[in-house]
Amino acid sequence: MSNQETLKSIVVRLAGDSGDGVQLMGSQFIASTALTGKDFATFPDYPAEIRAPAGTTFGVSAYQMNIGANPITTAGDAPDVLVAFNPAALKVSLPMLQKGALLIINSDAFVSRNLAKAGYDKDPRENGELDGYQVVSADISRLNLEAVKPFELSKSNGGRCKNFWALGMLMWMFDRDLGPIEHWIQKKFAKLEVVRDANLAALHSGHSYAETTELSEAIPRFNVSKAKLLPGEYRGINGSEALALGLAAAGELADRPLMFYSYPITPASPLLHRLARLENLGVGIMQAEDEIAAVCAAIGASYGGAIGVTSSSGPGIALKTEAIGLAISAELPLIIVNSQRGGPSTGLPTKTEQSDLYQAIYGRNADAPIPVIAANSPSNCFDTAIEAVRIAVRHMTPVILLTDGYLANAAEPWRIPDMTNYAAIEANQLDANTGSENVAFQRNPVTLGRPWISPGEPKLMYRVGGLEKDIRTGNISYEAENHQLMTRLRADKVACIANFIPNQEIEIGTTKGAIAVVGWGSTHGAIHQAVRKLGDTRVSHIHLRYLSPLPKNLGKLLSGFEQILVPEMNMGQLSTLLRDKLGIDPIPLPKVTGQPFLVTELINAIRAELPGTDSGEELSVIQGEHI
Amino acid sequence: MNPKPELMAKDFSSPEEIRWCPGCGDYAILKTMTQTLAKVGAKPEETVFVSGIGCASRFPYYMETYGFHTIHGRAPAIATGLKLARPELDVWVVTGDGDGLSIGGNHLLHALRRNIGLNILLFNNEIYGLTKGQYSPTSRSGTRSPSSPDGSIDAPISPGQFALGAGARFFARSIDTDKIGLGEVLQQAQAFNGAAFTEIFQNCIVYNQDVFADFTDRKTAEDRQLRLQHGEPMLFGKEKRKGLRFNSETFELEVVKATENPDQVLLHDEKNKIIAQLLLDLSAPMALGVIYKNPADSFEHSWYAARAQGLERTSSVAEALHNTDTWTV
Repeated sequence: MSNQETLKSIVVRLAGDSGDGVQLMGSQFIASTALTGKDFATFPDYPAEIRAPAGTTFGVSAYQMNIGANPITTAGDAPDVLVAFNPAALKVSLPMLQKGALLIINSDAFVSRNLAKAGYDKDPRENGELDGYQVVSADISRLNLEAVKPFELSKSNGGRCKNFWALGMLMWMFDRDLGPIEHWIQKKFAKLEVVRDANLAALHSGHSYAETTELSEAIPRFNVSKAKLLPGEYRGINGSEALALGLAAAGELADRPLMFYSYPITPASPLLHRLARLENLGVGIMQAEDEIAAVCAAIGASYGGAIGVTSSSGPGIALKTEAIGLAISAELPLIIVNSQRGGPSTGLPTKTEQSDLYQAIYGRNADAPIPVIAANSPSNCFDTAIEAVRIAVRHMTPVILLTDGYLANAAEPWRIPDMTNYAAIEANQLDANTGSENVAFQRNPVTLGRPWISPGEPKLMYRVGGLEKDIRTGNISYEAENHQLMTRLRADKVACIANFIPNQEIEIGTTKGAIAVVGWGSTHGAIHQAVRKLGDTRVSHIHLRYLSPLPKNLGKLLSGFEQILVPEMNMGQLSTLLRDKLGIDPIPLPKVTGQPFLVTELINAIRAELPGTDSGEELSVIQGEHI
Repeated sequence: MNPKPELMAKDFSSPEEIRWCPGCGDYAILKTMTQTLAKVGAKPEETVFVSGIGCASRFPYYMETYGFHTIHGRAPAIATGLKLARPELDVWVVTGDGDGLSIGGNHLLHALRRNIGLNILLFNNEIYGLTKGQYSPTSRSGTRSPSSPDGSIDAPISPGQFALGAGARFFARSIDTDKIGLGEVLQQAQAFNGAAFTEIFQNCIVYNQDVFADFTDRKTAEDRQLRLQHGEPMLFGKEKRKGLRFNSETFELEVVKATENPDQVLLHDEKNKIIAQLLLDLSAPMALGVIYKNPADSFEHSWYAARAQGLERTSSVAEALHNTDTWTV
């Protein structure tokens, strides 16, 4: 009987070549974990190249997951378990690991050629580099090939099953039922019987290996606590799925088709792929010829009375900018989703960043204000999508919805919401008492939105465009005074959205104190954990969802704190925005490594600013939380 | 039921004051357009004109229909999004040589290859009018303009060859002031299912006066214009004495005396892409009318054919949220 550890939470990292199938292995492990009632958060970390040169450190693809009792809000700072398929994966992951972590190493891959490619002069298993870790070497490649031998696959095809072999081993360690994975393999490879059977054989072989070999003495078994989640029905969800379903839900709530036009770009493409499968929910998609065509087609759909949505990442959003100005000028609803990534230019396509906030708020020619909102967790993308459409339709304006590479790919459990709790999305109605002329620009005095009139309506025909419009009739106007009024009106329209959004609330802590840690977007999980673990009543966590306009009470709320600390995955863009809009002087906490914040680095940064704290006492990493 | 009173050409003219230069060829096109829409019994509320930027792109303001004056080069993309969401609408795109073939070349290419149901009119005056006379992508080499004082050095693009190369299924050509020829072409374009691309030679009286005079001048028109009709012989000139035949040695079309070689004169087959390409290479005579028309399923037809329910919902989000592995706490 092997040693059994009971843990509140555990962080597992799978790493290998980008062709090793670690993303699939991770997502399958999580799917089975979810069914056992654990809370979790996952973060895939993969290279920009589809099949980067095998064995190199820059080609390492990893999948990190944090599993256990709630609240799990990040994929974890420091892995407790690493599965390394080759030396490069070990080299890249080692600095992140927990002291004493369990390393499961595919020893077949530790040959001189691979060691050299990873930049190792000597085998790290032999030169003492792994002292202090619990190392389990297994000939994963060879054992897997043995297992799939009866299926007479080529060596390379047979080798592809090794992720399922390793998954089988992991499943034994975590005492999981193989049923859901077997079911998935049977469904996925229903038409490829040999592949199906080989993968099943690999899975079972890995599982038996862990159980029966003499190594099983060395491999610990983990018993991870169940989460204390609110009662209800749960599912796993990643940000792209939640966003796709949220957009479809918004279409349903508005009772209009949702037309999604997009051009492939990392990390935004998964949204296109998800929506492509939601046609039974009134969603139409088209892959456009370029970013500009995508936003333009979405504007065309909105002009036609559908909810037009486009999506991209920073560089693509830059291309869409002129057309966004047209939607502002023509006063048409439009959703622009930006899954942010590292930049400038092509930058770090597969790595996460929050550096397009300036672009969203300020990045257009002329005085062209636009509402901006941000999702703060994978599941929160659902509600944020609905809210974006609600604002767009109510005020007849384009809306920018910010997510990022982390949210697009990260997954968590989600208590499935009750759709009857969502109010219908209503467009501004035409005032029946007004005459029939120039009704297209008779705006609602409260929302300042105009009626959404689309072709097909007899007698309401109108012409609209990007030229300045007369404030009363909507006809072309070059009048000096009129342009002043229209520019003011566009600003007022976005500003008045503050009257419709909720007041800013505090996530953790009280309304007064020494430090408010103010974040936005995907840093929510890390800040939440940091402030919770710090447990200092002088520190509060405030997380912004509405970035333009800001909630009305925000200035007053922040004035209750001596210092405002703003962690962001950029060089301080929210800090600038708060300085600009509220006249306060926050302390920026920038991070632009392409990786999410670690909880520990946030705790250390908060402590450094807290009066009366011994800043010398730095936390290294949060230890795996033993009960 | 009382039949609806028929609409007249004037019913398609909006009250907006027209702001083209006096004498601009656009006036004639506008007039023929309103007449054509009246003639085909178009419904103004189901007709949309989408344009980009340039002199031609003011067109939607002057039509008593729905209209969207958008941004430079992007009208085909905006119209594509509209047509896909609202396939029942009659969507026209009005563009120019700069708007359609320079800044917007990519969108035009893709609208044509998709064969989406748009009626695309390219007003070709071989010059940038609205920005005051710079050479355009259709300007002939050597065109002197403010941005090419010594004459332009780039070769012009042929809108027709561009269209056929992109996979267009309909290409027609006409002249701004040719009421009858343009009217016929517009009617055929309107009736075509798919992307119908029409090049209209449009005289810019300010920056490129008479650039097409070699074949539009009334005195020589008969001799310089080949007016194509599907199934009819390719005859032109005084009393139709000239004709076109295919030279199998040079692989070109050549002019012959029709009276002496009646059976050598080609019949126009609008489905023949090779002949269409040869016709587009001619400048004397200039081929006019429907040069190529070979229908195929339109993009929106194929798109909707793949989804029986159209854009209706057959399921609910509530159902979709649960339609996966779930667990209960």
